[in-house]
Amino acid sequence: MAVLKVLIVDDEVGIRSGLTRILKNFSVDFPFVEEAFTFETIEVGTGEEALSYLDSTPIDIVLLDNKLPGIHGIEVLEYINNKNIDTNVMMITSYASLDLAIKATNNGAYNFVPKPFTPQELKTAMEGITKHLYLSRMTKTLNEESKQVRFQFLSVLSHELKSPINAIEGYLRIMQDKQVGTDLNDYEQMIERSLERIRGMRSLIMDMLDLTKLENGKKKREITKVDVVQIAQISIDTMTPLAAQKNVKIFLDSDQPNIYMNADNNEMEIIFNNLISNAVKYNKTNGTVEIKIATDDNKISIAVSDTGIGMSEDDIAKLFQEFSRIKNEKTKGISGSGLGLSILKKTVEDFYHGTVTVKSTPDVGSTFTVEIPKNY
Amino acid sequence: MTTTEKKVVLIVDDDIDSLTQLTLHMKNMGFEVVTGETQKEGEDLINKMKPDLAIFDLMMDNKDSGFILSYKIKKKYPDVPVIIATAVTAETGLMFGLNSDEDKQWIKADLYLEKGIRYDQLQVQVKKLLKL
Repeated sequence: MAVLKVLIVDDEVGIRSGLTRILKNFSVDFPFVEEAFTFETIEVGTGEEALSYLDSTPIDIVLLDNKLPGIHGIEVLEYINNKNIDTNVMMITSYASLDLAIKATNNGAYNFVPKPFTPQELKTAMEGITKHLYLSRMTKTLNEESKQVRFQFLSVLSHELKSPINAIEGYLRIMQDKQVGTDLNDYEQMIERSLERIRGMRSLIMDMLDLTKLENGKKKREITKVDVVQIAQISIDTMTPLAAQKNVKIFLDSDQPNIYMNADNNEMEIIFNNLISNAVKYNKTNGTVEIKIATDDNKISIAVSDTGIGMSEDDIAKLFQEFSRIKNEKTKGISGSGLGLSILKKTVEDFYHGTVTVKSTPDVGSTFTVEIPKNY
Repeated sequence: MTTTEKKVVLIVDDDIDSLTQLTLHMKNMGFEVVTGETQKEGEDLINKMKPDLAIFDLMMDNKDSGFILSYKIKKKYPDVPVIIATAVTAETGLMFGLNSDEDKQWIKADLYLEKGIRYDQLQVQVKKLLKL
């Protein structure tokens, strides 16, 4: 149970104790919040006392009379605003006038309750201010969290983008200084590596754009009846040159010659390209990739198995994180943006309400299985 | 180099191009170069040999691999100068430079170099560190 601190500022003792009495046995709960809110009151008789409390103690809600012996309620409100004190103010006054109400709300008072009020009127007002307080605090926390996540994402991204620039710059400076002599042929390897890093950076940028489009829902989708088996075949054709470099053979096995579903053609290609290119890249020389497509009344399942390096349990846990690339002896020299599986997972889960699962044994191979419900 | 025997530098960096370039620079300066590409390889090398100088990349298997290697080598050989070479500062806006005494206490490195290091800068810094 959360206890909210309420500062009651009124010069009339009767009003103060009345408010305390009403709030003592009152609690506020919302269907969307697990815990109920109760109130603890502090009573003061002047604006000056209120200010010294506000300076020293965190106060959630201030119930503020305007007509006070010393400084007025409205001045207390101004003080709260000027010092940016994180509290919510409700004005309570017997001199209810439109003027004051406008002035008070302009100065950040949440609400205005005219005296005399019934216990129920006060309770209703308290419910409103509590809800407002809870929601504004939640929003603030969420904003801070998402800023934090964004900052982490950007710092990793900039590392991934700066590394190739540093590498290329380094090679160019070596060439500029002619550090290995004047024969251009001796720089062949450096030129090749620079071009490779540029290719890597380009694919990272393309992946980034894909991911951003997925995340902000800006991606244009065109749902048509597609043949999953045919898309798999096209993807295999695309990956064949890559596979040939390592003499990896790709096999396709399907329940039926054609398996139809309503989907976006591009998205299905992204799913297959990601699965197959990973199965090729992380395979061993002379290895195989097996693609099994199966269907029943409810779902389509796509399983891609390789005979590659496999992964440990720890590696699998980190697998779908953005920019997470498994770095070890066996993955040395395999390039990638670290975004492919994030894109795959987002596409499968967000657009098709499907699942991606992984089974893997180090040095034996991995199987990635995508399951998509037919009526997603 | 005044001694007849070549001084040995240990370089650990998971970026193959950065490693190639640092290796070339250090060889051009007359060093013998031993390299590793992961934190683990770095740790193994530290256990096997005492280099005259060590250069570590910061973000490898772990985000703080360079710091870990630095710490380990300093524990074993407090007199071996360590350079951490990375691109992290400019990216995150965080300062990892060894400016304050407090930084020096927890970052067990003698010098922090931002990547995109130029050969001439590296030469000056290495000579300073090894008092050549």
